[in-house]
Amino acid sequence: MTAVLTPATATGGPETPGRRPGEKKRKRLLALAHSAPLLPAVLLLAVFLFGPVISSLYGSLTNASITGATAANAEFVGLKNYFDLFGDPDFPKSVLLTIVFLVASAIIGQNGVGLGLAVLMQSANKVVRTLVSTIVVTAWVLPEIVASFAAYAFFHDGGTLNEMLGVFGVEGPNWLYTFPMFAVILANVWRGTAFSMLVYTAALNDVPPEIREAAEVDGAKGWQRFAFITVPMIRRSISTNLMLTTLQTLSVFALIFVMTGGGPGTDSTTLPLLAYQEAFKFGELGFGTAIATILLVVGALFSIAYIRALRPEVD
Amino acid sequence: MTAPISMASPNRRAMKALSNGVLVVIGIVFLLPLVWLVLASVDSSATLSVKWPETFTLGNFTAILTPERSLIPLLNSTMLSGGCAILTVVASLLAAYPLSRYKMRVNKPFLYGVLFGTCLPITAMMVPVYSLFVAFNLIDSVGGTILFLAATSLPMAIWMMKNFMDSVPVSLEEAAWTDGASAMTTLRTIVVPLMRPGIGVVFIFVFIQTWGNFFIPFVLLLSPDKQPAAVSIFSFFGQYGAVAYGQLAAFSLLYAVPVLALYVLVTRLGGGSFALAGAVKG
Repeated sequence: MTAVLTPATATGGPETPGRRPGEKKRKRLLALAHSAPLLPAVLLLAVFLFGPVISSLYGSLTNASITGATAANAEFVGLKNYFDLFGDPDFPKSVLLTIVFLVASAIIGQNGVGLGLAVLMQSANKVVRTLVSTIVVTAWVLPEIVASFAAYAFFHDGGTLNEMLGVFGVEGPNWLYTFPMFAVILANVWRGTAFSMLVYTAALNDVPPEIREAAEVDGAKGWQRFAFITVPMIRRSISTNLMLTTLQTLSVFALIFVMTGGGPGTDSTTLPLLAYQEAFKFGELGFGTAIATILLVVGALFSIAYIRALRPEVD
Repeated sequence: MTAPISMASPNRRAMKALSNGVLVVIGIVFLLPLVWLVLASVDSSATLSVKWPETFTLGNFTAILTPERSLIPLLNSTMLSGGCAILTVVASLLAAYPLSRYKMRVNKPFLYGVLFGTCLPITAMMVPVYSLFVAFNLIDSVGGTILFLAATSLPMAIWMMKNFMDSVPVSLEEAAWTDGASAMTTLRTIVVPLMRPGIGVVFIFVFIQTWGNFFIPFVLLLSPDKQPAAVSIFSFFGQYGAVAYGQLAAFSLLYAVPVLALYVLVTRLGGGSFALAGAVKG
């Protein structure tokens, strides 16, 4: 689309830049022509991603609903939704459940198991390594909903987990009902660990073996080499991976929706489920938008931290 | 010189055996939920627990292979994912070109903005997006859903595409530029052919993500004849009182196999299984 304008500009031409009077204007035109191919992407992002973010901020200040009188013309209600939110006992509980879910499944579970797998694989046999990583990655590549069914079947009353406990003479509880958070946390670890495993495997492969060997010759034990040499060398991967797994886990919906539906009661209703229920099940669009906005703000804070951490690489 | 190595080697062997043992145990734990899917799909009396089928049957598969139950949903999934992947590849390819080839003042803020976009929790966006779709009268519109899906996959795609394009040397294009070729011509005739594997990786990556996406079509597409497999499979689980687990497992496999195959393809195409995860790091 910029076919007419771009060709000569790319080479720069023989003229000396910045001397002629029309140069500044010409440069600006050039930049405009050069950036024209960005247009389709910019339009899509602006309308369908950043537009809703902005409208979310506004929508959370209205009493919009899906049906009824306030559906068509919502009124501006200021911070009422937020005050209601903080007064509603479901909200703090949901925040707490979300934090538990993030810390246990993303920060401890996925990162811990992922790093552990990556470390073990370094000293394992090739066949074992290939087989185990294929299994772990399969759980990750599976469509979300299929993984959720598999996890549902695993934790269900008469499911595989209890069947196996039965072999040892233990009668397992109905995990989805008695310990819903425990079940969804383990399911999220099962599903998401592959990502951390891949990140850490790549990071460990970048650690030069000479350094480890030198430490070994100097008499450092296995765990010392790991704690004082490997971990400091992959710390960048650790921090970015912590951030990314936390963000991914923050938006987990289908897994919990399928396994427990947020229940029993609200015992596994994390913020995405609460926003969904308020907005679509109870039709309180404004209220749901307020929850969504809080989630977006949390996501944005993580994003900023992530971008700051990555900065030297981007520049 | 030989002393420390020979001293370390029995130690190392023990370490290796321990690693193998622990990995095998973790592997089995990770495998169990997957085994259920496979065994239940060929079991005529499947339940929720892993068991060896008394009679193997393909009955579950034949039962679900009807137009309404699997063919139409799978076709819808193909349309949504294919449409979204094509749109994303074209838009990200165009966007990546100036970002990769010219030093412009918009580059950095744009890339930061896009990176910021990759981090937004899409689940949180569904409420405002729903309102937007109501306002534009796009609810239950396949085209509208494709546009939104493309917008959500664009940030990552732009980063991946730019990285792939950066590895194509500019020197190849300079000759064409001096001959008077336009930027779009060199993109089409020089850059695109050279980065074909990279484009393939982005296409498949977006396709896999969209294929597996449940929440977006679940909220935006209401008529059953427009819903993709991700959504139709859920209604078939949620609405019937007694769930036919064998059929559910059979459908899950039918729906999951294409993306597993594509994933294998993408690992062959570009830089191993890490291509997908690596892209996330920018």
